[in-house]
Amino acid sequence: MARRRGDLLGVRAALSRRLLPVLVGAMSFLAALALAGALACAGLAASWRGEAASALMIQVPQPDDPDAAHDATRLAAVQRALAGDPAVRGPAVMSAAEVNRLVAPWLGGDAAALGLTLPAVINAEWAGPGTPDALAARLQTLSPGTLVKTGALWAQRVAALTASLQGCALAVLAIVALVAAAVVAVATRAGLAQLRETIETVHGLGALDADIAGRFAARATWLALVGSVGGMALALPVLAWLVWLASPFTGPARPGAFVHLPPALLALAPLLPGGAAFIGWGTAQLTVRGWLRRLP
Amino acid sequence: MVRFDDVWLRYRHAAPGEAAEALRGVSFEIEDGGFRWLTGPSGAGKTSLLKLIYLAEHPARGRIEILGTRAARLTRREAAMLRRRIGVVYQDFRLLPQLDAYDNVALPMRLARRGEAQIEADVTEILRWVGLAHRMDAHPDELSGGEQQRIAIARAVVGRPRLLVADEPTGNLDDEQAERLMVLITALNSLGTTVIVATHNNALVERHPFPRLGLERGRLVRDG
Ligand SMILES: Nc1ncnc2c1ncn2[C@@H]1O[C@H](COP(=O)(O)OP(=O)(O)OP(=O)(O)O)[C@@H](O)[C@H]1O
Ligand SMILES: [Mg+2]
Repeated sequence: MARRRGDLLGVRAALSRRLLPVLVGAMSFLAALALAGALACAGLAASWRGEAASALMIQVPQPDDPDAAHDATRLAAVQRALAGDPAVRGPAVMSAAEVNRLVAPWLGGDAAALGLTLPAVINAEWAGPGTPDALAARLQTLSPGTLVKTGALWAQRVAALTASLQGCALAVLAIVALVAAAVVAVATRAGLAQLRETIETVHGLGALDADIAGRFAARATWLALVGSVGGMALALPVLAWLVWLASPFTGPARPGAFVHLPPALLALAPLLPGGAAFIGWGTAQLTVRGWLRRLP
Repeated sequence: MVRFDDVWLRYRHAAPGEAAEALRGVSFEIEDGGFRWLTGPSGAGKTSLLKLIYLAEHPARGRIEILGTRAARLTRREAAMLRRRIGVVYQDFRLLPQLDAYDNVALPMRLARRGEAQIEADVTEILRWVGLAHRMDAHPDELSGGEQQRIAIARAVVGRPRLLVADEPTGNLDDEQAERLMVLITALNSLGTTVIVATHNNALVERHPFPRLGLERGRLVRDG
């Protein structure tokens, strides 16, 4: 004779199969977006900060005039100084056409046509410690009026911005977790109200609090897990789309990367259903045990 | 052994006009393997007294000892374990509507994690005893009041409790079924189970002259 041994209390019917997974799924969807946002911020911050902080740009006005010592052009003197400085990597003079293209929007036309002499621009990478103040001073004596700019200030701003964005993402994660816990608590309370007489009876028959709470928690864990996996499944294509939208900022996707999602996100993705399941289990346990306290 | 020592019970939400105390200074002792009728007019406090015995209420005052342990000293887990040794027939049956008759009777054994083979043997035997072996697949709402009561009785005794507490167990039974039930209960009693039965059925009490606890307005007016 096939006898039901599993769901003695009728918890399966009492903890709705619809509401809880759908709401937990929505929370997981939001959590996936927030998590992706936090990871993307971290990734962008790391690459931008590195690039911006080490970027070195030297402007030499009147590049073809003789330098202070009158033994070369100003540009040649600066180039020689840069080449001799071990903290400066890969100095490269921008072609006049490139410089022209960069400044054209500000000048409102071609520099040569306007009769202006453009400064020479040298891009390099600063690999030294601290800021290149000594270098700037040296270039200044070789070729007065030469400007040295680094991306340090930019890097600071990018760092501040990404930190606040990450803070927002974490706050969203925390709120989503709290809302998910509230959803589980409400669903569990509704289930308890529906099964009140049954629970009072089995309590009277000697059921342990742990046993009753465990039955609710098992059901809540399963429903939260199902909902969360569903929410994640919906979030992944949306994330792939967002990553595609952001690709101009993040550079070309690595070939072979799964739907172009950052590997860190794919590695962290299973944590979300795990977290949802844990929230379902813990909240149901606390709710049921708290409710059972009213029974003698 | 069951022992009450100057026990008072007060319900928090007493109806207006009702006495605040459902039990007032009740003291008695039932020896191991003893049998007591519990009698008294409606509202005298019979169910209230039984609730204290099966650990469904806490007394406002006094000392209660059940099967050798002080009720007030129990942890929640110990209380649950003690409840498993007490069989209870509730005045309103309290069968689980989602389970059929068999599963309702098997419930206390499942909660105590007994093996399915033993459960099947015991449940089938006790259902035969109460004359409902042929209705084991019926749900409570498909059973008559008397049949539900017999299922409730079967559930109370299936785990061979040390203490059996029955609240009006013959209320919905005809005379013949009530006598069958008394055969079952006295058989359990003679095997060592302590029994206390609340009833309005005077004819039954007279046919089975066990000692009586008599309640009136929350006071014990007869013991013996
Ligand atoms: N849960 C409760 N809350 C408040 N008062 C209650 C509660 N249960 C019982 N009472 C009151 O306590 C008193 C004793 O009730 P109890 O149910 O013990 O009587 P009884 O002897 O079992 O009556 P009956 O023969 O009708 O079953 C009554 O006055 C009743 O109104
Ligand atoms: Mg009563």
